[in-house]
Amino acid sequence: MPKDGGIGASSKRREDVRFLTGAGNYTDDINLRGQAYVHFLRSDIAHGTITNIDTAAASAMPGVVRIFTGADFQAVGGLPCGWQITDRFGEAMKEPRHPVLADGKVRHVGEPICAVVADTLEQARDAAEAIVVDIDELPAVVDMAKALTADSPKVHDDLSDNMCYDWGFVEENKEAVEEAFRNAAHVTTCELTNNRLVANPMEPRVALGDYDRSSDNSTLYTTSQNPHVIRLLMGAFVLGIPEHKLRVVAPDVGGGFGTKIFHYAEEALCTFAAKALNRPVKWTSTRSEAFVSDAHGRDHVTTIELALDADNNFTAVRTSTLANMGAYLSTFAPSVPTWLHGTLMAGNYKTPLVYVNVRAVFTNTVPVDAYRGAGRPEATFQLERVIDKAARELGVDPIALRRQNFVSEFPYQTPVAVAYDSGDFHRLMDKLEAQADFEGFAARRAKSEAEGKLRGLGINCFIEACGIAPSNLVGQLGARAGLYESATVRVNATGGLVVMTGSHSHGQGHETAFPQVIAEMIGIDESMIEIVHGDTANTPMGMGTYGSRSIAVGGSAMVRATEKIINKAKKIAAHLMEASESDIELKDGAFSVAGTDKSVAWGDVTLAAYVPHNYPLEDIEPGLEETAFYDPSNFTYPAGAYACEVEVDKETGAVTIAKFTTADDFGNVINPMIVDGQVHGGLVQGIGQALMENAAYDENGQLLSASYMDYAMPRASDVPMFTVDHSNGTPCTHNPLGVKGCGEAGAIGSPPTVVNAVVDALQSGGHKVDHVDMPVSPARVWAAMQG
Amino acid sequence: MTQVSMTVNGKSATGTVEGRTLLSSFLRDTLELTGTHVGCDTSQCGACVVHVNGVAVKSCTMLAAEADGAEVATIEGQANADGSLNVIQQAFQDHHGLQCGFCTPGMVMSAAALLKDNPKPTEAEVREYLEGNICRCTGYHNIVKAIMAASGQDVAIAAE
Ligand code: FES
Ligand code: FES
Repeated sequence: MPKDGGIGASSKRREDVRFLTGAGNYTDDINLRGQAYVHFLRSDIAHGTITNIDTAAASAMPGVVRIFTGADFQAVGGLPCGWQITDRFGEAMKEPRHPVLADGKVRHVGEPICAVVADTLEQARDAAEAIVVDIDELPAVVDMAKALTADSPKVHDDLSDNMCYDWGFVEENKEAVEEAFRNAAHVTTCELTNNRLVANPMEPRVALGDYDRSSDNSTLYTTSQNPHVIRLLMGAFVLGIPEHKLRVVAPDVGGGFGTKIFHYAEEALCTFAAKALNRPVKWTSTRSEAFVSDAHGRDHVTTIELALDADNNFTAVRTSTLANMGAYLSTFAPSVPTWLHGTLMAGNYKTPLVYVNVRAVFTNTVPVDAYRGAGRPEATFQLERVIDKAARELGVDPIALRRQNFVSEFPYQTPVAVAYDSGDFHRLMDKLEAQADFEGFAARRAKSEAEGKLRGLGINCFIEACGIAPSNLVGQLGARAGLYESATVRVNATGGLVVMTGSHSHGQGHETAFPQVIAEMIGIDESMIEIVHGDTANTPMGMGTYGSRSIAVGGSAMVRATEKIINKAKKIAAHLMEASESDIELKDGAFSVAGTDKSVAWGDVTLAAYVPHNYPLEDIEPGLEETAFYDPSNFTYPAGAYACEVEVDKETGAVTIAKFTTADDFGNVINPMIVDGQVHGGLVQGIGQALMENAAYDENGQLLSASYMDYAMPRASDVPMFTVDHSNGTPCTHNPLGVKGCGEAGAIGSPPTVVNAVVDALQSGGHKVDHVDMPVSPARVWAAMQG
Repeated sequence: MTQVSMTVNGKSATGTVEGRTLLSSFLRDTLELTGTHVGCDTSQCGACVVHVNGVAVKSCTMLAAEADGAEVATIEGQANADGSLNVIQQAFQDHHGLQCGFCTPGMVMSAAALLKDNPKPTEAEVREYLEGNICRCTGYHNIVKAIMAASGQDVAIAAE
């Protein structure tokens, strides 16, 4: 029986009503009186020295208010990086200055050089065309391997070379791993590219700066996944505005997928300009700008080796990765190929020894940072490709090989620092086998073949570390932030609640799911609970939403605050009923005295808290409002088993996804409908990466796929209906809800599933192919079939 | 600058625009109907779909001046007269056919145009018709389900 409310119910989303009627309030929908518009003049060359900027003619054009250049930002800070990596030799990573506007040099196409502020957007654009910028073009470096050679152009002249860091993990295990490879009965090696992607939330970024002269307060409206983080980074590190003089508002945000975590130059510019000009300043990104200014994702080149003993047990994994940082360090960029990637290289398996080497490289490209999954898709792709290849080399069933090596006892301490608290990989695989109808595959393959198509079946297992993250741990690993979450629960006199959360919803449905939890705890209707998020002025300091952390960390903070509320309410109820506090029970929105028929309603207690006539004033304060900060003691570990069937057109090489089935472990689930939707969306982003998406640069640093004409976004006709399941959750053992997080699973699990299926299809056609690089385009598949 | 007038969601609307002003900006900036979204600058994403004289149009590809005298319908005018969600909007909510909501106005307007021409589309026809509407959040699964449901049909999904 589906529940009709509370935890586990597929409550319909209340936010939908405004989105379905055009009443959403996205940043670009906000217009302030007297606002000016900014247009950024961006570099169209990848690397060069700026010798002259002449803004005289442009400044005289109609409506132009001011033209900012790098010179205006000498006195303020650069855009900060929030994570410091210490390399294999104990040295700090290289951390070049990241100016708000180009400072003497341009280092990637799209880097902002001038910001033209005018009365209208058209005037700003027209004036930008009249600016003369002279740039002495320098050779650009795009290829990571080339960037590490001695004669490569240097992206940053003041650094010794283009290597940001050379990271080893677990460095102490390096020798033991070598030893394991020397003793291996079989070694399988894969060379893989994890293609560069553009996150492409459908809402382009927007920044609207405002300044109030009477109070000297600044406000920034921005498309952010974490307004408090932006306030801290921009206020403290860039503009020197203390938090109490700066408000950051991220209202309805049209998708994020990671790329709206980071602090961007345009935010600082609009905030700075609003104060300098004493008028609101607005920037709305075009899609073309987004391609060259939103942080990109992935872009790893890896060699992975898997060592097996004579019984096909995994004995060691060794990887070597080049990770593209782009021209500057975006906010969390250094953490992605390291701690969000190396710690997952044990995967679902009890491989005892792992060594991961990552060299992060500066190139003349857009900065690269977290994109849905961030590091974990890269880890999963490597591991699951090499395991699949090993199974084929050894002639064993890929599922059997995986099962044989599964971790099956929990908690499990991996050799890569993290400890899995719960899971059941066999049960996930059982579920997958049952609902993906593997028995029927041979018949489906025969049918495809009769139609001139090759059919392949791909399997994949994965585990991810979500619910980011224990602050003391990430602090040791180089994070320059805590990763707790916060909630203030305010109960009103008549019993309704407002929850002010540091989490941020940009599609995840917090306004619906969060109340389900509180409704369950108190036993009241969900409609009595309202969620407020996205505004630093009325939410406690919180770290925002990414890394599938909202319900696991933000939800836990809300539970803790609600527990405090309930404890205090019980004291009030005890007083009202002249009973002992320890005898008070809360059920279905009423407090009762155990073993009696005495009870008071939730609303009576909340009213008493605010009208304290009959109230234990000597023991407790009036009012009913509590705040909690929740700092998780571990990551959460969602896991999954995925199966994909593809059809490959023998004539064209085109790949079609015929069937996709998932079995996920998200722990407990608050709203199954929303969770299904998160999986669907993640799957299509992963399928997009596997089949069509690619941010391609030419050797001069020009982005070739810089619009929807050239960057292939998955469309409705590119994907089938999905069969998704999360009925085999093993509750997280260390957070109060037993939840794990579901936002990234689909994007992590699907790329290797698809590629494994394509290889299976090609081998079934007699092609000696053991890998095709993503995106698995028709051209690549066709070439592989010829080859 | 030219004067344009049109009927938008049944009400007459007038404004002064530059020759280059797009219908999407006229709706958003002049009429403050910000439900119509702009997600790209190459006419690819469909976030801006409205109906002009009953036909689905990407409002970023049309000049405001071209719509002079036209009947325009936007997402703001789709709900039933009593303010409740219409059949398509309700199906989107019932089947979780939206997440961030940014593509949603365009999706709903496209779906309405599809179902007007083809009241009982197949799943494949729905997917085909949505070629010009990109959604980055939902993976399309629930959008397709919602549109099928709005047409009174169910989508067959194995083991669901
Ligand atoms: S904004 Fe019109 S198609 Fe993208
Ligand atoms: S719901 Fe976010 S783009 Fe479709």
